[in-house]
Amino acid sequence: MEEVLFFVSAIGALGGAIGVVAMRNPFYSVLALIVHLFSLAALFLLLSSAFVAAAQVVVYAGAVMVLYVFVVAYVGGGGESAWEPIPGQRFLAPALAIALFVELSIAILSSALLALGTEGTDVEPGFGNPEAIGTLLLEKFLLPFEASSILLLLAAIGAVVLAGRKRDGDTPSEHSAKRSEGVSPSL
Amino acid sequence: MTIEWYIVLSALLFTTGTVGILVRRSPMVILLCLELMLNAGNLALVAFSRMVGNQEGQVFAIVVMVVAACEVVIGLGLIVAIFRRKLPLNVDDLRELRG
Repeated sequence: MEEVLFFVSAIGALGGAIGVVAMRNPFYSVLALIVHLFSLAALFLLLSSAFVAAAQVVVYAGAVMVLYVFVVAYVGGGGESAWEPIPGQRFLAPALAIALFVELSIAILSSALLALGTEGTDVEPGFGNPEAIGTLLLEKFLLPFEASSILLLLAAIGAVVLAGRKRDGDTPSEHSAKRSEGVSPSL
Repeated sequence: MTIEWYIVLSALLFTTGTVGILVRRSPMVILLCLELMLNAGNLALVAFSRMVGNQEGQVFAIVVMVVAACEVVIGLGLIVAIFRRKLPLNVDDLRELRG
């Protein structure tokens, strides 16, 4: 049963990933990524980490993907130009990727971690549930937790500054004029 | 399933994301491929956490998710700003910062 679930989720995750790369329309790429994220959540459940799986579905497949869909709808698809600055880029890139995969496989297969061949240590039933993760976050990892909250706040402010509509009379040329005025006395 | 399967799947997903970043030109799809690579890393973290029987790897995965969300927000903000200035949404045409 576990094998069947693993292979179904693995095929979903890999198919979604290939769909993201292969689809011409960015909107379909976003949909493929949602399939990928749901399959990955199933894999997390198989690894008995319920909280990470739930966060994956709610945060990623829910919130972040809605943001993507909005931006794709706003910006629009748009075809990619056929012009290639590096000749043969479409053939060099897969070759490099195959080399990367071979290297990673060598690293995995030749690692001295004997436990890689097992199904993991036996864990108690509460492994990875929200209670255990919450206790860890608020006791042992309180500082990273707070730091990530500040990071989220900074990202939100940054997005507003980057994408926000400019006020009237605050054009970029005026900005540069002000800046040059500020610089000239020191020169 | 042994942990090895999960790690190999993670390597495959990471490779797919790398191909996407190298081949695609739309900055939006490049961001999506970046998500693929981060998620592959997350899968490896959770698999190792299961292997050792220690939940700290899962906390690490959650922090990676937070960082990925921030990266998406900033990246999409940049894309919207590029679109507003009527610049081409193509990483080959946006080469002013090239040395």
